[in-house]
Amino acid sequence: MTLEFGITFIALACAFGFFMAWGVGANDVANAMGTSVGSKAVTIKQAIIIAAIFEFAGAYLAGGQVTSTIRKGMLDANLLAGQPELLIFGMLASLLAAGIWLLIASRAGWPVSTTHSIVGAIVGFAAVGIGIDAVQWGKVGKIAMSWIISPAMAGIIGYWLFVSVQRLILNTDEPLQNARRYVPFYIFLVGFVIALVTMFKGLKHIGLEFSTLQNYTIALVIGFLSMVIGIIAIRRLRFDPAADRDFHFTNVEKIFSVLMIFTACAMAFAHGSNDVANAVGPLAAVVSIVENNGAVAQKSALPVWILLLGGTGIIIGLITYGHKVIATVGTGITQLTPSRGFAATLAAAVTVVIASGTGLPISTTHTLVGGILGVGLARGMDALNMNVVRAIFLSWIVTLPAGAVLSILFFYTLKGIFT
Amino acid sequence: MARSTISSLFGSSPVKPLQTHMASVQECIAELVPFFEAVIQEDWKKARTQQKKIARLEGQADKLKRELRMHLPKSLFMPVSRRDLLEVLTMQDKIANKAKDIAGLIIGRKIVLPEALHDAFMEYVGRCIEASAQAQTAINELDELMETGFGGKELSLLESMIKKLDAIESETDKIQVKIRSAVFAKEKEMDPVEVMFLYKVIDWVGDLADLAQRVGSRFELMLAR
Repeated sequence: MTLEFGITFIALACAFGFFMAWGVGANDVANAMGTSVGSKAVTIKQAIIIAAIFEFAGAYLAGGQVTSTIRKGMLDANLLAGQPELLIFGMLASLLAAGIWLLIASRAGWPVSTTHSIVGAIVGFAAVGIGIDAVQWGKVGKIAMSWIISPAMAGIIGYWLFVSVQRLILNTDEPLQNARRYVPFYIFLVGFVIALVTMFKGLKHIGLEFSTLQNYTIALVIGFLSMVIGIIAIRRLRFDPAADRDFHFTNVEKIFSVLMIFTACAMAFAHGSNDVANAVGPLAAVVSIVENNGAVAQKSALPVWILLLGGTGIIIGLITYGHKVIATVGTGITQLTPSRGFAATLAAAVTVVIASGTGLPISTTHTLVGGILGVGLARGMDALNMNVVRAIFLSWIVTLPAGAVLSILFFYTLKGIFT
Repeated sequence: MARSTISSLFGSSPVKPLQTHMASVQECIAELVPFFEAVIQEDWKKARTQQKKIARLEGQADKLKRELRMHLPKSLFMPVSRRDLLEVLTMQDKIANKAKDIAGLIIGRKIVLPEALHDAFMEYVGRCIEASAQAQTAINELDELMETGFGGKELSLLESMIKKLDAIESETDKIQVKIRSAVFAKEKEMDPVEVMFLYKVIDWVGDLADLAQRVGSRFELMLAR
């Protein structure tokens, strides 16, 4: 069969998807970059430049896996084979539902996640609009599990990262010397891990394919390059012994600021790689159906322009509105020092990149909260407000049904309009 | 605009407020030196203005204490226990309260110090204030301790500070014994009610050092986990 409204559907999906990406850039990026700006390791302007470059790179280079999951991983294609338009309506409805729910929630200040909204919406329309069996419950269960595991994992990594910083640097007789000695290794770690995970999950879509050995080699090279840049940056630092009189760790923290810049890049990359999918996953589904003339193909490759569109949307969101949010969030966090900020952010970035590689859509913000709490457990934070954790639990419970109900509503509305 | 999840996760740090409070306490009790100088010279007008100054500074410390208490919400996840922190704060505040009581009592009864005691008494007051200053030095290490996660060099540095505080306190005890025996030798010649209150003043001044020591030990307790 042919789809009479094919172009209309694609245009609608592009518009909704782009708007969603804009929302991610406008709101979510601020959470991802907040710890970097708050610890004063980067200025707001630098944070915006870092975010623009690395969000885009993350979306383009590593955003494919999660996009595939959102596009086709959660639904059973066989059940949809005869009625491709249902999937189109559903995906459009999901984008609308998630977008509207996020608008409501961020107005009210609830810590809801883009990811949870879109997953709730897709599961909702599929289960009610098509049938309970249309949902791949096993896969959806895995995604739900990952929402609990990812903050926990970031917490554990953050805890151990900070404990290692305490043992190697802060709690020694010569913290400044040890910071000079060990911080470059942390920088290496940032470059190496992020590069390795990205390489392993493949850059096939941009025409690069490597063997395992090549992957390791390239990751090592990227790690070393970051380390060299880091060492040069640390060498260029000016230390002021007078600054240490009041607070003995002022100069040590300066070294950590260099590390934090790398971590901020990693976080922006990780965020781009996971969150672009929320916007472009449904769009990709619509495009593939229309282009395949109605066949709900599970195999078709993800067109690269879709990732580009998502990445561009994020950057436009960042430039038009996100910079204000980054400024607000960043200046609101005054208690964070670079040594803590780096541990929490790197823990989150690593977790998110691994999830992106595995194709699991998780919440970057919640993962970062996990990382911060992990550092807090190592007695690294002055005071953390635990009400936020309760609010996050509540948002989990509320967001899924809310996204689902809204998408069911839009699903039937769209179905009514077009058939 | 709605606050972001990440920025609302950070509670306001209690470190600086605790240190500011201790600084204000120290400022208050340091005024006891000019106060006692005026008392020794029996310059009651000057003593009166000093006493008022002490009362005002005590009120200022009180205000800081209340502010810190109010800004420390229940569901705060801190590296130190909330209860221990509040107890350190209470102890600190008691030092200022005691200074205010001492000045108030002396002014109210126009207590005259026997001439033989003048030098020893000034030394006594000075040492007690020093004990409190030492407690302040320890409290001022709190941000460094937070930075290192309460371990290593910073912790041993703090331990030596507390040790010094204990030494100052036991010195004030010795001076107190000396002053008491001097008063005892003269008490037959003095008015009995005067003597009673003189002993009270001696006690209370000694309490300053005791309280300072307790700030130190509470502080140590707060850090141990």
